[in-house]
Formats: sequence, structure tokens, C-alpha cells
Amino acid sequence: MEYEAVIGLEVHVQIKTESKIFTRCRQGYGYEPNTLVDAVIMGLPGALPVMNKASLDGIIKAGLALNCVIPDYCKWDRKNYFYPDSPNNYQITQYDKPICEGGYVEIELPGENRGVMGEHKKIQLTRIHLENDVGKLNHFSEDSLVDYNRAGSSLMEIVSEPDMHSGEEAFAFLTAIRQTMIYCGISDCDMEKGQMRADANISVRPVGQKELGTKIELKNLNSITGVKNGIDYEIKRQISELKRGKQQVQATWRWNADLGRTELMREKEDAHDYRYFPDPDLMPVEIDDEWRQRLRDEIPELPWDKQRRFMKEYGLPYTITCVLVPDRKLSDWFESAAKQAPKSAQALGNLVANDLLREMGEAGISLDECKITPDSLLTLVRAVEKGVVPKNVANKDVFPEMFKTGETADQVIERKGLKPDFDEGQVRAWCQEAIDENPRPVEDFRSGNDKALNALLGPVMKKSRGKANPQLVQKLIRELLG
Amino acid sequence: MQELYYKTASELSELLDKKELSAVELTKTVIERTKAVEDRVAAFNSYDEADALKQAEASDLRRAGGKTLGPLDGIPVGIKDVLAVKDQPLTCSSKMLENFVSPYDATCIQKLRSNGAVLWGRLNMDEYAMGSSTENSAFKKTSNPWNLDCVPGGSSGGSAAALAAGEAPLTLGSDTGGSIRQPASYCGVVGLKPTYGRVSRFGLAAFASSLDQVGPMARSVKDAAMLLQGIAGHDERDSTSYRADVPDYLAAMESLKGKKWTLGLPKEYFENVSDESAMKPVQDAIEFYRSLGCEIKEVSLPHTEYAVATYYIIATAEASSNLARYDGIRYTHRAEAFDAKDSVDIYCQSRAEGFGEEVKRRVILGTYVLSSGYYDAYYLKAQKVRTLIRRDFENAFKEVDAILAPTSPSTAFKKGEKTADPLSMYLSDIYTISANLAGIAGLSLPCGYSDGLPVGLQVLGKPFKEEEILAVAQAFESAHDFKNQHPNL
Repeated sequence: MEYEAVIGLEVHVQIKTESKIFTRCRQGYGYEPNTLVDAVIMGLPGALPVMNKASLDGIIKAGLALNCVIPDYCKWDRKNYFYPDSPNNYQITQYDKPICEGGYVEIELPGENRGVMGEHKKIQLTRIHLENDVGKLNHFSEDSLVDYNRAGSSLMEIVSEPDMHSGEEAFAFLTAIRQTMIYCGISDCDMEKGQMRADANISVRPVGQKELGTKIELKNLNSITGVKNGIDYEIKRQISELKRGKQQVQATWRWNADLGRTELMREKEDAHDYRYFPDPDLMPVEIDDEWRQRLRDEIPELPWDKQRRFMKEYGLPYTITCVLVPDRKLSDWFESAAKQAPKSAQALGNLVANDLLREMGEAGISLDECKITPDSLLTLVRAVEKGVVPKNVANKDVFPEMFKTGETADQVIERKGLKPDFDEGQVRAWCQEAIDENPRPVEDFRSGNDKALNALLGPVMKKSRGKANPQLVQKLIRELLG
Repeated sequence: MQELYYKTASELSELLDKKELSAVELTKTVIERTKAVEDRVAAFNSYDEADALKQAEASDLRRAGGKTLGPLDGIPVGIKDVLAVKDQPLTCSSKMLENFVSPYDATCIQKLRSNGAVLWGRLNMDEYAMGSSTENSAFKKTSNPWNLDCVPGGSSGGSAAALAAGEAPLTLGSDTGGSIRQPASYCGVVGLKPTYGRVSRFGLAAFASSLDQVGPMARSVKDAAMLLQGIAGHDERDSTSYRADVPDYLAAMESLKGKKWTLGLPKEYFENVSDESAMKPVQDAIEFYRSLGCEIKEVSLPHTEYAVATYYIIATAEASSNLARYDGIRYTHRAEAFDAKDSVDIYCQSRAEGFGEEVKRRVILGTYVLSSGYYDAYYLKAQKVRTLIRRDFENAFKEVDAILAPTSPSTAFKKGEKTADPLSMYLSDIYTISANLAGIAGLSLPCGYSDGLPVGLQVLGKPFKEEEILAVAQAFESAHDFKNQHPNL
């Protein structure tokens, strides 16, 4: 029998804000334990929560970017449960009136090969709501200690419909969310810092069966590849159990990334009764069109739209857009040059995706620290086009110098004497020689075989000891044969 | 001649202004009086003489420099032990917080500081403000200064008793279902529950967030107005706090002097009265208003009979959640010999030891009414009834300026009399609870005696119109002498 998996994800994303969600206490990562706390965070008697508007802005923006409906009204509820990492022993969250309803995430599945765009698919969302994060328990041999630094951070929970069927789709789902959040400046989604965490609900059923199989909740998916591997492992495990005739029991499992397998956490979910009720300390939030519009205006062009546009507008190959687009800064950097010379966009794209990233990687610096600017990169492309230097020289000799010093291409060429010591007249003479010496390709070319031109190119390059600009050579040969 | 410790805050303020009295002298007098009567009254959980005197000295220095901060400057104010005062104990009269010292000031405390008041002592109360007699305190039983065998009322029993005993000229209380007004009535002082949202709740250890309100207790209506002035106003640290300017209460009261009010008598409050003698002074007070030319009208608050039930669902639901933070993990009492396999054992054993009977009863009740399967039948239904109760008042206030009612069905009862019967205890708040459910303002002022015990008259008013009920109350007070009547201690 064939089986299929049905997967729903709950993704927690920490919203990047200065202060925590219900107090002015600072939000951050990597601080001494229990230094980012105040009376509200520690749940001291008398402390009251006050909504941070920036957190609301963040989630509304996220909701708009993920195609959700933002209702006019949402409210806060308390989810009551005792746990040492939760100082109030209730979490402020949203129960029946979340801030974002519905929506979908557009994902891309891998194509036939790396060079082509894969199939795009919409994964439906149930809702996105806002809640406060909890602290962190650290276990030692004798004791457990709690660090409340993370407690009270703004956390969004993005809940998907059971709309995915493989680890790959879940991987693509998380990647798409992550890129959207980073693009919109809502979160850095650094999974190592706990800024993005995922739980998966996985069930398996015979193909063709309508009702869902027994649901397993998979926790501890704290890297994007962990999500893919964990889910794939769990699907295989469940299918093999079913094939052996063993019925699944609803349970919570955890992904052990070190051992590369899932482990049972608890068989039966504790009969939790969270006793949700409206938080009497917080007023409901009313959202109007003006508010929604203000945030909609802040949403930049989103990754998929940008990728499609780059391919269409600049004729960039898919592979280059895959390098440029995921990094909003890099793609903006590229575009500020490409806009000035759309016809040279591909050459610019190649330089950014290959040479610039390579040099940055070797130097260990970020784009912000880069000396080379979009305008100076443009000088290099123009120098190649004008035939001042051939492409291989431009890439090998000129670009690294520009990267190091911040000079323009012309300055580097001048300083290093890379300009060929012959003029266009000399190149023209070499072309004529080559035409005279190679009657065969000349004839082929004249009879309509455009490719025959290449057979004339080689001899000219040889005569110039590789210094002639191939584009110039081609142009001149065409003229002479024309 | 009136003893200094029995003078009203307004009188004391005048003496301070005229430099006939210094804040240090006044504070010393209050400290001495406290020491003289505390063994009988037991109003305070703790006090810090040195700290109070330091504040008084600072006040005198300001005054000497001609920079007083207003009428409260130099006046000692006793604080119910449910409000956070920086570096002072905050116990909520619970074993759970026996050793807790607040690292911060409540907003109303901050405001009092900026008005120059001398923060004086933490006053006993029912544990976490749950109760109507102050017998639920984990530490001591406060006595009613008018009869030491009687309770002072609750939960702000310490705040009321301290005033009546001359241990503080002003005190702060908190009122969730009548916890300011009922003890004020039992101890013969003035207690005002402001409109919900008028005074910040930041720093008030929550019992039931949607009902709790901090308010002034005083020996006179004018004093209550003065103290309210000192603590009212919007606070950005409390999202439920009301965004509007605070009127000048004393000026407003002055301008409303002599007004012929239309006053409502809710018929539901005057039916089936059990203690006729305690009602007599209330009836006399109503006649007095009639004699002033006020129009007295019967009004109906038809959902009154559901108020107590509604209250005990909403209040306990919120309490069960609000009190969850007292868990033995961070700053609260932890069971010493806890036999903990896991954190659940720490919670259970610490909470079993740290909370008193009444608190446990309410936490369990609140947990029950919120649990799945019961939510709709209890909590949701109660919220709907609450809306109806609020509407009752809205309708009544279309016809009348304020409502007159007894504060409590009886005068102060004997200690131990109702402790075995929680329900009868709950019913002592029957006339006060509705105001909390509706969020409106209410005031209790002494209007006479029954068997030597004070009787309170309650004035309920429109939301955020505290000045009106203060003015109504003052009309009565200025024609009577109850504020100068004191118990024999």
C-alpha cells in the first residue's frame, strides 16, 4: 500500500523590537542570565502588562506580507499553566480573536535541476497570533536554573493548515517565511538564537484515504535542516510502523539532531486545561484601515516578486537570481547598478553573484563594509564593453584591486597599466590578417553560419597575446566581412 | 480640644502651613499614638519609624524653603499592605509574601511621594484582599476600635481601623467588592472607591484585575477628596487606566455646594432588610437630604439579586490566574521540607503552606469556573450578567444624579461570628459588589450608630464623577458631627 504524509507546522517567530512585548524592559540575546528583566517580566506583585505598539506593527506587517486578513478587532487571553520558565504561570496570548486570520505562504519546490525554477505552491495558513515568550530552563546535575531574559519577548505563532506532505515542503515553507520576515525587517529568524522555532504535526495515511491518520507532534526542530530531516525521518518511521501493522498512538516526539532520529517524549499528552479567558489587564486592540495601510506601505517588494522581476526585467538567469534575491541588501545593491545599465544587468549580476561574494567571503566582511560601490562596479562593466580590457582581465586583475582599494575600474587599469598597448587600428589589422589566412570559416560565415565567426576569433586573440577585447574583435570582423 | 492624632488631614495641613506644627512633630505624634493603641487594635503589619521621620524631615525642609508640594505635604498616609512601596515589605497579609520586600513603588505611591505625603506603615488586610472582616490575615486579627470584640470589616480593615484609632490621618485601601466602603462603614470613617480606571492599579497586587480599584480612606469627605486628588490620573503603565484630566475635586465640591440633587433609592436594596436598627440612620440620612430640598426617587436595579453570584465567579476566575505567580519558584514562600520530585511538587507544597483557607477556596472556585466545559455556563454567563448590571446603573443614572443605599446590611459583626460560614460573610458585601461589577464610583460615610457601632451611608455615582458623590456626601457631613466622634480607646 502507498502512504502519504500530512503535515502542519506551528512556527514561532520572535519579532525584532527594542523592548519586550508588555513592558519597556529591553529585548535581546546573549546577555548575562536574568539581566533583561523587570517587575513585569518577573511577575512581581502589582506589575501590569502594557502593550508594545512595535510588536503589534510587526505582526500586522507579517500578516499582510503573508496574505492574511487583519480583522478590525483582536483581544488578549490568558493561557494558564504552571511551568518554572513562565513567571506569571500564565501566558498572554490570543485565543479566539487572533490578529491575523487565514493567509498563505508561497513556496518553491526544487526544480528538475539547479538551473531551473521549481514548482510554486501555496501553503494555507490558519492564523497568526501574538504572545509573550517564556524564559529558558537550564538543567544541571543537581539543579535546574531559570533564565528569564527571553521571557516576555514578542513572539508570533504562525499556524499552517495540514497542507504539506514532505520534509522538503516544510523546509520550503520555513525558508519562505524566514525570507519574508527578513525582507520586511520583522525578524532576523536566527534559529540558533531561538528567534525562529518550529513544531510539526505529522500524520500518515494510505493514499486515497480522506480522514487524517494519528497525529504525532514533533518538537525540538531548531534548525531549518532539522525540520526537513526530522519530518522525513518521522514519516518513514510512521509508514514502516503502519506497514508492520502497528497503529500509531497520539504522542509527542522530539527530534534528536545529534543522533539523527526522533525520540518519544510523552505518550499521551497531559490532559491540559489551559483555562483560557480574556486578560483583564489589557484592553482589546482596534485596528483601522489607516493603520493597516501604513504598514502595508512599509512592506517592500517580496522575494518571489523580486525574483520573477529580475528574471523578466534584467534577463537574469534563475541561478543568479537564486543567489541575489534571498539577500535583500545584496539584491538592492545589485539593482542600484543594474538600473543605470539594464542592458549590462547580466554582466553586473555575474560580477555580484560570483566575484563580489567570493571576495567578501575571503575578506570576511559584509556588504556594508565593502569599499566597492554599485557605481564603481558599473565602471568595470563599461570598461569591458568599450573594449578597454577583456573580461578575463577585468575579473582576474581589475575587480580584486577595486575591491581592495575602492578605486574605479579606470583608475585600476591606468595604475596597473592593464590597458593594451595597441589601438583599434592594430586590432583591425589583425582581424584582416585572420580573414586572409582562414578562407574556410570566412566562406561558412558568408553562407550564413554565424558560428563560424568563432574560428576567426581565436587567431586574432593569439596575435594580440590574449589582450584584445573579444567583443571588439567580433565587432570588427563583422564590419570587415560585412 | 481635639487630640492632634484625631484631627482631619485638612486641619493638619492648615497647621503645617501656618507653621504651628511640623511634619516631624505630626509624624512623631502618629507614631506614639500607634504604639499606644496597636496592642489593642493591631491595624499594622509593619511600620518603619525611621523612614517615616526621614520623609517628615524632608517635608519640613521643603516647607522651610517655601516649596511645599501641596496639601498632602507632611501628612502621614497609612498604606494597605497590598500596595508596593519601594524597599518596604509587601505581604498582602499572606505567608506567601511574608519576607517579600518590594523593589519598586506603585504608581499611587509614587504620586503620594511627589505630593510630599509621609508614607506610613503597611496596614493589615484580608489575605490578598479576600474577605470582609480582616480575619483572613495570616498575621493578626485587627480589632474594630469601636468595639474590640468586633471585626473592622474587610478587606481594608487595617486601613479603616487605623483611621478610627488615630494611628494615621489618611490611609489607602483597595476595593474589589466593597473592601474600602464596608470597613469604612464598620469603623465610622469615609471610604471612596473611585471609578474603575481613575486610579492606576500599577503596583497594586492584583486580586481581580477587572474589579480592583485603589481608593482613599479618611476621617472626612474633604480629606478623601484631597487624598484622591493625590493619587488619581492616567498612568501609561496601566492599560486599563482612564485617559482624561483629573478635575480639581475640592474646587468642584465647592461649586456644587447647595445643589438640589436628584437622589435614587434602589428598591432592591431596601427590601428584606434584616437589621432594622442598622437601617435607621440610613433612613434618617435620606430624610435629611429630603429636608435639603433634594428630590428622592425610587429606582430599580433589577439584576441586583445576581450580583453576588456574578461577582464570585468573575473575581475568583481572575484571582485563580492572578495568584498563579505565587508559586514558590522565585520570590514567594517555598515549602522548606518540600519533597520535590518535580516542579509540580514545589508548587503544590509551597502553595498549600503559603495560602490561607479563603485564598485556597477562591483559587479552587476560580479554577473550576474557568475549566473547559464550565466556562460557558459560569464565566461567560457571569460576564453577560455583568453587562446587565452595568446597564441597570446606566439606566438609573438617566434619572438620578446619585444613588443612596446602605453600605452594609449590618454593623460590624463579632470576630469569629462568620468565619465558619463563608457565604454569610460574602453577603456582607451585597450592597457594595454591584458598583465594582459596573465599574462606577461609590463612597461610604458615617451616618449614625446602632448599638454603639457606626453605620455607613453609601453614595453611588456616575462613572468619573467622583466630585459629585463627594459633594453629596459633604452636604450630609457638614450638617452632622460624625467626623469628630471617636471611639473610646
